Amino acid sequence: MSDINARIRNEIESSAVVLFMKGTPQAPQCGFSMQVAQILNHLGAPYKAVNVLADPELREGLKLYSNWPTFPQLYVKGELVGGCDIAREMFETGELVALFDKEGVPHA
Amino acid sequence: MPMPAYEIERLILAAIPDAIVELTALAGDDDHWAATVTSESFRGLSRVKQHQMVNAAFGGRLGTELHALALTTRAA
Repeated sequence: MSDINARIRNEIESSAVVLFMKGTPQAPQCGFSMQVAQILNHLGAPYKAVNVLADPELREGLKLYSNWPTFPQLYVKGELVGGCDIAREMFETGELVALFDKEGVPHA
Repeated sequence: MPMPAYEIERLILAAIPDAIVELTALAGDDDHWAATVTSESFRGLSRVKQHQMVNAAFGGRLGTELHALALTTRAA
């Protein structure tokens, strides 16, 4: 368990914006994962995508680490921002761009 | 396995007593619900923390017994 948590922290801190998703941005395997990838693409924010379907240990470990039962999971500067519902709501209200500005994440 | 609306509302109210819970059936099968939960106790918390409070109300039953709950949270 401590090994997987160390791996998770490593992944979360490997980029300012990290999206844990089902599939990849090019070939998403779930509509909710696709929506969040499209939001990030639309905003032009650089992000690292991690395919949890390719890594069952990471997938199960993240649910416990984040106390969040589903994917996608969007992290900004090491903090869980939310899943699809929250990411979409924050995109629509402009809060996501405001968060990127606050955290120094470049975007279009 | 489905969960009827009164059980969803009961679990949320047991964890968040002042919550106002609005449920919409997404598929009519008691298994896919959308919920809007409004509570003064959400004020000042991030959306993730608000959702985690609601998720916690279900113990381990969310994702197993209740298949899907699309959640919107609001501070009162």
